[in-house]
Amino acid sequence: MVRYFTRLRVRRIYKWGGRSYADRKLKSYGFEYLNIGVEGQEAVTTVTPGQYILIEGNDDDNPFVAKLLKLFGDESHKQKKALVQWFLRLSEVPQNKKLLLGRSPHPQEIFYYLGRACDDEINVESILGTVHVQHVPEDTPFPEPGTKDTLYVKMSWDTKAFNVLDPVLMQDTPASTPPKPALPLFPPCASPAATPVSRGPVRRALPTPDPTVMRRAGSVSDTRATMSTGKMGTLEAESIHSASKLSASKILSTRRRGSAADTPGVRKKLQLSNGASPGKRMTREDVLCELLDEEVESEKVMSLKLSSSVSHSLQHGCSLSPMRSGRKTPNGQGGFPRKLTSISLDRLSPTALGEQDFSSDLLLAVTPLALEDEVFEAGLPTDSGSAMTPKKRQATPRRNYVRGQKATTPSRRKESAMTMREPALGVLAEEDSEDSPMQPIAMTPRSKRKSAQLVSSRIRKQLNLLDNNEELSSDGDDCFVPSKKDLQSSSDEESEEEQTESEEETVVRKARGRNCKTPSRTPCKTPSKKATPSTPRTPRNATPSIPSRTVPARQPGNILEEARARLHVSSVPESLPCREQEFQDIYNFVESKVMDGTGGCMYISGVPGTGKTATVHEVIRCLQHASDMDEIPMFRFIEINGMKMTDPHQAYVQILQKLTGQKATADHAAALLEKRFSNPAPKKETTVLLVDELDLLWTRKQNVMYNLFDWPTRHHARLVVLTIANTMDLPERIMINRVASRLGLTRMSFQPYSFKQLQQIITSRLNKVKAFEEDAMQLVSRKVAALSGDARRCLDICRRATEICEHSASHPSTAGLVRMSHVMEALDEMFSSSYITAIRCASLQEQLFLRAVIAEFRRLGLEEATFQQVFVQHQALCRVEGLQPISVSEGLAVCQRLGACRLLLLEASRLDVLQRVRLNVSQDDVLYALKADRD
Amino acid sequence: MSKRKVKETHMPVGECISQVQMILRERFCHRRLPEKPVGMESQHKHLLELLRRTAVHGESNSVLIVGPRGSGKTMLLNCVLRELLEVKDVNKNVLPVHLNGLLQTDDRIALKEITRQLNLENVVGDKVFGSFAENLAFLLEALKKGDRSSSRPVLFILDEFDLFAHHKNQTLLYNLLDVSQSAQAPIAVIGLTCRLDVLELLEKRVKSRFSHRQIHLLSSLSFIQYLDNVRSQLSLPQDFPDTKFYDEWNESIKTLCEDQPVVDVLQRHYNSSKDFRSLHLLLMLALSRVSASKPAIKPTDLLEASRVCMVDSKANILHGLSILELCLIIAMKHLNDIYEGEPFNFQMVHNEFKKFLQRKSHSIHNFDKPVVIKAFEHLQQLELIKSMDSSTAKIQKEYQLMKLMLDHSQIMEALQKYPQCPTDVKQWAMSAFG
Repeated sequence: MVRYFTRLRVRRIYKWGGRSYADRKLKSYGFEYLNIGVEGQEAVTTVTPGQYILIEGNDDDNPFVAKLLKLFGDESHKQKKALVQWFLRLSEVPQNKKLLLGRSPHPQEIFYYLGRACDDEINVESILGTVHVQHVPEDTPFPEPGTKDTLYVKMSWDTKAFNVLDPVLMQDTPASTPPKPALPLFPPCASPAATPVSRGPVRRALPTPDPTVMRRAGSVSDTRATMSTGKMGTLEAESIHSASKLSASKILSTRRRGSAADTPGVRKKLQLSNGASPGKRMTREDVLCELLDEEVESEKVMSLKLSSSVSHSLQHGCSLSPMRSGRKTPNGQGGFPRKLTSISLDRLSPTALGEQDFSSDLLLAVTPLALEDEVFEAGLPTDSGSAMTPKKRQATPRRNYVRGQKATTPSRRKESAMTMREPALGVLAEEDSEDSPMQPIAMTPRSKRKSAQLVSSRIRKQLNLLDNNEELSSDGDDCFVPSKKDLQSSSDEESEEEQTESEEETVVRKARGRNCKTPSRTPCKTPSKKATPSTPRTPRNATPSIPSRTVPARQPGNILEEARARLHVSSVPESLPCREQEFQDIYNFVESKVMDGTGGCMYISGVPGTGKTATVHEVIRCLQHASDMDEIPMFRFIEINGMKMTDPHQAYVQILQKLTGQKATADHAAALLEKRFSNPAPKKETTVLLVDELDLLWTRKQNVMYNLFDWPTRHHARLVVLTIANTMDLPERIMINRVASRLGLTRMSFQPYSFKQLQQIITSRLNKVKAFEEDAMQLVSRKVAALSGDARRCLDICRRATEICEHSASHPSTAGLVRMSHVMEALDEMFSSSYITAIRCASLQEQLFLRAVIAEFRRLGLEEATFQQVFVQHQALCRVEGLQPISVSEGLAVCQRLGACRLLLLEASRLDVLQRVRLNVSQDDVLYALKADRD
Repeated sequence: MSKRKVKETHMPVGECISQVQMILRERFCHRRLPEKPVGMESQHKHLLELLRRTAVHGESNSVLIVGPRGSGKTMLLNCVLRELLEVKDVNKNVLPVHLNGLLQTDDRIALKEITRQLNLENVVGDKVFGSFAENLAFLLEALKKGDRSSSRPVLFILDEFDLFAHHKNQTLLYNLLDVSQSAQAPIAVIGLTCRLDVLELLEKRVKSRFSHRQIHLLSSLSFIQYLDNVRSQLSLPQDFPDTKFYDEWNESIKTLCEDQPVVDVLQRHYNSSKDFRSLHLLLMLALSRVSASKPAIKPTDLLEASRVCMVDSKANILHGLSILELCLIIAMKHLNDIYEGEPFNFQMVHNEFKKFLQRKSHSIHNFDKPVVIKAFEHLQQLELIKSMDSSTAKIQKEYQLMKLMLDHSQIMEALQKYPQCPTDVKQWAMSAFG
């Protein structure tokens, strides 16, 4: 709304000034300066390269700031363009990155923009005027906020971080010319002080008719808008700056177009575009303008005040206003600019409800035109439609709204699909897409990894191409979804019936259940949530959850506790060290598949605790981030784990449930998935499926594995399967040929961590919490690396060492660093065999029995003897030791006890005295333990 | 003490005895936990710290308590849990789940039991609904939704942990240990087992997820400590109502433990096994001989109890055999001597028996063959002899190969004690050759 009025307030005239110089290569002419005048006023602002300028954006209070680098136009002087260096206000920095600044920003602060996401070529018509920008060195404070029209720049923003601005970049600032806002611009920061006096008598608010009338007018004017896109687009902003700026200016331009009928200013505009546009249309516009102009002029003065006040309040609501007229357009492409136009008109409507007289006038003025426009509409779709075809789009990159689409491709794609399904939704989505590009400006590659950055830059290059594919493929109709819905609903009905049948029984059971419940546990269930106990199914409404605790968990108190919390395997590190190469490989694999919309399989192997699952999860996290940033297409991530299911065929059930939320039996789920992956469907996103512990999905016929690897090869599947297992040669060992062949040769194996890597892992987890001595850490990592290279084990040992350290200190607070001795103790605990201690702690008869076993073994020359044989030896030993011989029953009891500890291996005890006895420890160990005991 | 002396409440002796029996039986049957676990202070501290961290800080842990049977694993754990639940913050905040490998013999039953004990929402009353797969998914979902700071820690206590390792794919263990190693609901997995090699049972991925904390309960109790323990186990607590009886009883226990035959008996028990469960059995037997007419444990009681404990079960069976059966056993013993433990069949035994009858029997009748077969079958039913063949049906009874399940010493001992055993049978048994 505001924009609407404020734009009406001034009509600027842009004229080249100074000597023009031709650039033949580009077929363009450069100019020394640009004169911006306001209609009906003498004052002319001159903009020269090197000055700082304000560029209209979607927030009138805070127009975009940039430094003008170059002015140029094309041969016909129709297009006036400028090359700029952008600056950002803090409000343009994405919300989640604002904290990176680390201090409260100055209200007048702007940031030098180093990113590449914004195009630096703009249309001069979006220039509002000049502004004064002052470079503030890093360590000096901001000047007093006295002069509102001066902006300060201190830092630069490269979409990831705020950096100190290199003063060199700011050197050629013509700081000496604080530009006077001689133009009736909107003030840079909406401060009344900065408002030029000259603006005062110029305008009044545009009186608005009542909504119904306006809607009709809207439908008229938006058709005109569409019509005029063809010609207006050519003189619209050439700027291909940031997506947000783009979309903003797109809105502006369409709005301007939409409002052209009502604004007196439009005439001048049209004059500018005279040469390009077909005269016929122009005249039509002119007629309308003239009709409107008179009315408008007469009421200008009256509502100036009103306009500014009302407009401010309405400004925020505008982006959310529903576009009723937009819904009527069945053609998503053609409707695009028209909808935008109608926004402005709809928004317009509530502002001046009181001004009925004008509204009727407007209606009069508009209606005849509407008829004429109807005629034009026939030619219209081809106009805008052709602009949408990929070829044309590439050929004419200057088209404003086309550019906009390009910048917002992914969301646009989504939205177009949505419009197809439900117009109302589509309209909203369109609104969303206008807002969403705000983020990408600064947030582009969020991953800190170089690989991810590389990757994202590549993605951007490919986006155009992808976009085209998407549009072509989005035309089909979903034939699968409806059938699923039918199934779902029918099953619902069935179970509904069941429910009513068993309702009485339910009540009874519930009552019984309540009574016999143990009172010690707090039940978190409610009777209403329980469903149909007679069915053998999990109640549908039951939500799986663990009751929450009454007292919140305590946070770690001292450094050792902190270290322990960080060393816990569960604490997810920000990035996984030591797995860069693997990360990169998996990332590239999945990303390429997602971008191409194809499918594939990958097999990942490695011993437990080498970070396989964690790495894949991190890859997915990064990719998901990338797709949030619209760098790659959306995809679904599904994870199943062979260990977390009771039967290999449950894999189907779990996949289906995670994919669609449906519940089905294994066979049914397999059929549904088969259908889903083999049939084409519009708007199908790529599915990334992680199959952990693959070896457990083995069945005799191997059909589960076969299907999992076969689906990705289907033409329409768009399925990427990542499989994880421990053994490197699993495909060769357990898979039959047709399964192994489908799995393909994309394999990767995770090597066990070396001691350096383990050390790095500990260090990165501890993250500057000083809890370990360097040597102690090294000892742990060397020990673990020598044994298994299992990172989990390494972390567990470290945690145990911190505990030992804490216990060894007299008071927890006095505990110092974890030293070698603590680590040694932890290692001993975890690695030493307990057999020897167990033998030493055994009772005398047990020890004797062990000796008897060894004696009997020696006698027999075998490593096996029956109890009877050993017992004879035992009796003899008892006599030697001077003990009363024990009975057979006692002897058997002794033998069984040793067997339970697994010091001895025994046969089934029903064999009684005939059971065979073997040692589970080496004879040397037994003798060593017994000898040491005697001493 | 003096104050109580003043009060000097008197109860009839019978009353006192029943009180004593109640208190001590509770003790011996493990109904009441001891005040403090004896001889395992460091283990107690370790476990308590660990569980406290789970309960208070929400740190997931896994631990195994390993020790031979009767070494006090469950007692230790229960002591720790009792102590833990006394803390006010913790009391309402932990959910203990008790599982036993002998009861939950497969994952399906175990999952139902977990769900029931956690009282999740698919539990109605005492019944758990849903298939195995659904239950697993439900439980995992529930655990996944929780997080460290807000959900109540769950203590999974797996008694006979080694048996869980025999479940198919070790699904339950994998999932529990996986939860304990990931940022989900805080849980502590406490396994109790007597197998020292329990870690070798775990599959490699399950093993990797286990934190490798093991608390070993291997008592290195000396005999002096053992004796002290017996005394304290038998002594009455200070809050016994009748002070006079209290003093008398404790005095008698003190003298009992200094009695040399008693010490010998206890030493024998100590040599055989150090665990308290067998000691409790012994003391229980002695205690049951206490009555109103004999209001104290006498050394003879303990000796008798020890005799009952130590008695050889097979020798007892032998005492009940008929002469014919005993003769058959002796014949088998001779066959064993001759053939060095090779199996025998009925025909061989019968021949041996007939030889004995022909040569020197005066007191034994000549039994018909069917009678002898009957006796032979009776021995088989008593499992004093055992068939060596798995398929019994095919071979005629007389020719089935058998083995004697008795030791020579047992046979000789039984013969000595057998009432009115004919001397020629005794001589036959003693003679080197049949």
